[in-house]
Amino acid sequence: MSKKVVKLMQGNEACVEGALAAGLQFYAGYPITPSTEIAEICSEKLPLVGGKFIQMEDEIAGMAATIGGSLAGLKSMTATSGPGFSLKQENIGYAAMAQIPCVVVDVMRAGPSTGLPTAPSQGDVMQAKWGTHGDHPTITLTPNSVREAFDLTVRAFNLAEKYRTPVFLLMDEVIGHLRERIEIPSPGEYEVFDRIKPIPNDKNYKAYAVKEGEIVPRMAAFGDGFSYHVTGLVYDEFGFPKTDTDVAENLLNHLMGKIENNVDDIITYEETQTEDAELLIIAYGGVARAAAKAVKECREQGLKVGLFRPITLWPFPEKRVNQLTQKSKKVLVVEMNLGQYVIPVHRVKEPDSKVFHYGKVNGEPIAPDEIIKKIKEAY
Amino acid sequence: MSLGSPVVKEYFRSDRLPHIWCPGCGHGVIMRGIAVAIDNLKLDKNKVCIVSGIGCSSRAAGYMDFNTLHTAHGRALAFATGVKLANPELEVIVVTGDGDCTAIGGNHFIHAARRNIDITTILFNNKIYGMTGGQSSPATPQTEKGTTAPYGTVDPDFDICKLATGAGSSYVARSTAYHANQLIKYIEKGIENKGFSLIEAISGCPTYYGRKNKKGSAVDLMNYYKDYALDIKAAEKLPEDKKAGKFLVGEFHNETRPEYVSEYMKLVEKVQKERSENE
Amino acid sequence: MAMAQEQKKKKNLKTIREWCKGCGICVAFCPVKVLKLEDEKVKVIDYDKCTRCGLCELRCPDLAIYLEEDQNE
Repeated sequence: MSKKVVKLMQGNEACVEGALAAGLQFYAGYPITPSTEIAEICSEKLPLVGGKFIQMEDEIAGMAATIGGSLAGLKSMTATSGPGFSLKQENIGYAAMAQIPCVVVDVMRAGPSTGLPTAPSQGDVMQAKWGTHGDHPTITLTPNSVREAFDLTVRAFNLAEKYRTPVFLLMDEVIGHLRERIEIPSPGEYEVFDRIKPIPNDKNYKAYAVKEGEIVPRMAAFGDGFSYHVTGLVYDEFGFPKTDTDVAENLLNHLMGKIENNVDDIITYEETQTEDAELLIIAYGGVARAAAKAVKECREQGLKVGLFRPITLWPFPEKRVNQLTQKSKKVLVVEMNLGQYVIPVHRVKEPDSKVFHYGKVNGEPIAPDEIIKKIKEAY
Repeated sequence: MSLGSPVVKEYFRSDRLPHIWCPGCGHGVIMRGIAVAIDNLKLDKNKVCIVSGIGCSSRAAGYMDFNTLHTAHGRALAFATGVKLANPELEVIVVTGDGDCTAIGGNHFIHAARRNIDITTILFNNKIYGMTGGQSSPATPQTEKGTTAPYGTVDPDFDICKLATGAGSSYVARSTAYHANQLIKYIEKGIENKGFSLIEAISGCPTYYGRKNKKGSAVDLMNYYKDYALDIKAAEKLPEDKKAGKFLVGEFHNETRPEYVSEYMKLVEKVQKERSENE
Repeated sequence: MAMAQEQKKKKNLKTIREWCKGCGICVAFCPVKVLKLEDEKVKVIDYDKCTRCGLCELRCPDLAIYLEEDQNE
């Protein structure tokens, strides 16, 4: 019988626990604050469970080796912070193009460039969406608690394996370094999804053909007996480079479509008192904790305020945000940047609803009082 | 029915041939040499993984019938390191070029060599960026021309074999597309070496390097390698004036040194044993 | 020695016209000069003189010339 494990841990630690629970076997990375604990803990724990850890020569190599590990059949992860996230973008694009499942954790710190090491920020939200060149699919999850760092890391692996794409876990430094007492769920209490492999010795296996009724091509590991080709060039159903216009269009449509057609499976969010909210706050990650407090206090003062907290940042929960703005005619987006997540809110909101923004980039977290002040200004 | 010689039929995706390389490009000779070396060593095809970067040389991966991974520019060794560590059973061979490996991929190159990870790297050195149309590379000899060095490059070139040796590669050799049998032997020894191996394969680029520097045709380039390659062992006995204008080929370094993945696996075994004893 | 010669003769020298890019390397380095280029493609002009040494196959960048055991054996 498994008994409940209750532990005091920080977000970065919970992330590793979640990764191991999801089946992490391979970690390649490069040290960078405030994500370094993730590498440190992986270096300690992975050998104990027969997994592999390697500290690479740079962030680019960390991402590349992570993809290599995944192609060899292991569930793979890397972690970084803003400057490293920038460097990883090249091979993140490769993983998106070649459809290699992997998890990339970005514990955000204030930028641009070296910025404010290592004050909290949510400045990488748009980079998570558009960081690498070309149109590409993006799945980004963001936790607001240590326990959720565990849960969402498990989920990040499941989504990566299911949709064969890199998945980002975007934590702000507030959550990465927050210490909370959490109950670690026992195996069986959470779902673990493993990539679907081809039938052994399947003579008709085409490395990049999607079978009828399936979402992505089945993925053989190198060494499984299928000699197939993987490339970052536009490729056909065998994985071989092609320059035909229809091949390119079909591939790009597949890459985007596998996510867009499954948004209901991928998108999760949490709502607090949104039913009758005249003013809706949209906040995520650590900021959503302050926003929740602000909502509580405002409600006590009789203000009809609600909170929408996207847990899946990307794809953007546009259907739900649109629905909510049909009722709530005022929306206040609160985030630790100068206006990133507010952009898609503008795009999808009902025309007669008004959007306000409160952003902060001085390296200090946003306090509930600041949000209350903004609510009262906008209300 | 697939076309080609027995080696081609066995180890190439012959329906993807002819390849994209220019007439007389030495890359095809080197690519074939890799397949012959694999055949001579009787490696299990399913356990061979060929990883390449970007550039002319890196297209080889697409033609060879193994687990093949055509990665991003300069990154082949970083991807390959992940593949090898994740599955040590795989025989990982990296195909790269002079620009790919020593310019944009230079950091990965020296660190893969430092780790002495069991990867065999075949560096196709055509002394130029071919795929982008003939720009000078870190292997273009000083004063020679490229499209970005119209007056001759002021950059000194790397001695790639010295670089590999200095960084820790346990097997280092150089040969040319002309000396293909010798090259195949070195590739075999590189694969057999338990550690990082670097085989620099000099390849003629008649289209860009040759034309820019008035080196003549593909045959002229091959004749140059035939006449000017000097084996390092023979060179030791020659007076300086006999060595003038020649370049060295041969085995430059061969040592036995702890290999990265084996060392990591030993560490795993050790910490797991300690853990179980403490419990 | 005679046996070895006989064995060698059993190998056929073959070319793949569609793959040949006409660089002339095989022609230049053939020790017995039995190859030539015709319309920028390799052509074997004297099968009898060919010693089946395999140097053309070794250095052909296009994998377009090779020796193969006689399939009729």
